[in-house]
Amino acid sequence: MAIEYFRAGVKFLLHSARFSTIIAMPDVLVEAAGLVKRYPPRDRHGTAFTAVDGIDFVLRRGESFGFLGPNGAGKSSTMRMIACVSPPTSGTLRVLGMDPLTQGREIRARLGVVPQDDALDRDLTVLENLLIYGRYFGLPKATIATRSARLLEFAQLAERGGERVDALSGGMRRRLTIARSLINEPEILLLDEPTTGLDPQARHVLWDRLFRLKQQGVSLILTTHYMDEAEQLCDRLVVMDKGHIVAQGSPAELIAAHSTKEVLELRFEIGEQDKAVAKLRDATIRDRLEELPDRVLWYTAEGEAALAVVHQIGLRPATAMVRRASLEDVFLALTGRTLVD
Amino acid sequence: MATADAMALRAFQYWILRYRRTWRGTVVISIANPLLFLVAIGVGLGRLVGPDAAALGGVDYLAFFAPGILAAAAMQNGIIEAAFPVAVNRGPGGAYPVAAGTPLEPEDILHGHLLFMASRVVLSAAVFVAVMVAFGAARSPLVLLTLPAAALTAMAFALPSAAWAVTLTDIRPVNGIFKWVVMPLYLFSGTFFAVEQLPAVVRPIVYATPLWHGVDLCRSLSLGTVSWPLALVHIGYLTCLCGLGYLMARRLYRRHLHA
Repeated sequence: MAIEYFRAGVKFLLHSARFSTIIAMPDVLVEAAGLVKRYPPRDRHGTAFTAVDGIDFVLRRGESFGFLGPNGAGKSSTMRMIACVSPPTSGTLRVLGMDPLTQGREIRARLGVVPQDDALDRDLTVLENLLIYGRYFGLPKATIATRSARLLEFAQLAERGGERVDALSGGMRRRLTIARSLINEPEILLLDEPTTGLDPQARHVLWDRLFRLKQQGVSLILTTHYMDEAEQLCDRLVVMDKGHIVAQGSPAELIAAHSTKEVLELRFEIGEQDKAVAKLRDATIRDRLEELPDRVLWYTAEGEAALAVVHQIGLRPATAMVRRASLEDVFLALTGRTLVD
Repeated sequence: MATADAMALRAFQYWILRYRRTWRGTVVISIANPLLFLVAIGVGLGRLVGPDAAALGGVDYLAFFAPGILAAAAMQNGIIEAAFPVAVNRGPGGAYPVAAGTPLEPEDILHGHLLFMASRVVLSAAVFVAVMVAFGAARSPLVLLTLPAAALTAMAFALPSAAWAVTLTDIRPVNGIFKWVVMPLYLFSGTFFAVEQLPAVVRPIVYATPLWHGVDLCRSLSLGTVSWPLALVHIGYLTCLCGLGYLMARRLYRRHLHA
């Protein structure tokens, strides 16, 4: 039963992906060169703000692409430019081979957008929300009805069509927003912080749905400041900081290039950290040490061996943990700061 | 691609769909409220004023007051229909950014919403005019023309309100408009009493306010005392406000929805 719905979903969502395999050529979805977004001052006393400061990237069909960075890095501004709701200040941007400045309508007709704040109409029912969104794309009511049924099944909201959005939980609303964004069978799905504010269980359900879409060939472009999310969903990432791209590649490539394989995390008693770090620096000349307010990170190929050294030089950390390096470490290495401050 | 008109209709459909859920609440403020004024003041107070008060140009108070409150209610409805929904829907979580992510352009979103605002103010004014006629407050068949006159008055306030509200990041200033703009205009634009009863020095100020033009237009049509050259001045004044408001709204919708 579930498999059948899944197949139906694949069939109707993915004509675009099949198309691209038939013609078998690398298909560039989004291309940016020297892209800049500068906002004018809010008032006479304000100053202009450069949110995106000359970035270049290329996104290909079928690929899941993530913009990773802390708040204010320029991720959302970049997304808004791709979504054709924010004209670039300078540089070039092509989306689906078209120019957002002159062909915004045509581009947006082929995009799906999942905003961070859901922006569902809470006074309307689940189905009415899908209906009105489908009408914005000029779809006939019958088409919207057929697609809505399938999409609600996909979003695990099949029983909820007649309920007011007010009655749904946060996770359900987010899934409904994703269902809504698929009503026009988009080739690219733009997701701004898709799981921010959701509890862990709701996040996993959502990741599962997004992973299915990806399997079905929808190109996902998402912003996130969660490392685990980026690792789960993205084939390729750009790391942004203060309007610049500081690194790009697959999660594994980024970790290989900017971090060691393992990380030893050490926590010391209050007031002990400075002395411990001094001792460690004497002992570990070749490895990188990172001091955070609450812990020390030792970047090493062999975490257990490093821990042995810690004990050897007579340090007694309150806790010690060896873990695999993650994108968080990449971000720390690139910017000297953690992602969620 | 569909034409811009078709795009605007798509945006209009959203407001209609919403209205099917929310119309009950709007009846009280936009229809019942002015009708209560008509009965309480037009009929009740009118008895005290008595017939043929000279200052009213020789008509009874109800016939004098009804077209005045029609225009004043149109102004209020125009601002209510524009300022609040635009200020609420322009920001995150509102209907505008959602529509802006689809093939609709900011102008389509504006046009669709304006069409809905116009439908609302016409509907409210039509109910009011019908009741006015039923109460015997009309003196001329030209009273039928008070409907477009009231609608024009309403839009002369709605369009600039929409242009202003789309720039707001906070809804609170809208309440200020009711205190500082709507109330004084409502009371002193010749709605409740003739402008000639005011001291000569303040009269030019009243003549400059848009509501007075709406009131005088509606009243002269309802009483059948219309002077067409003056009516053209009223219509021209209100149309200019609509035009300016529209041009501002077009620019500001694009600036704020495609920031």
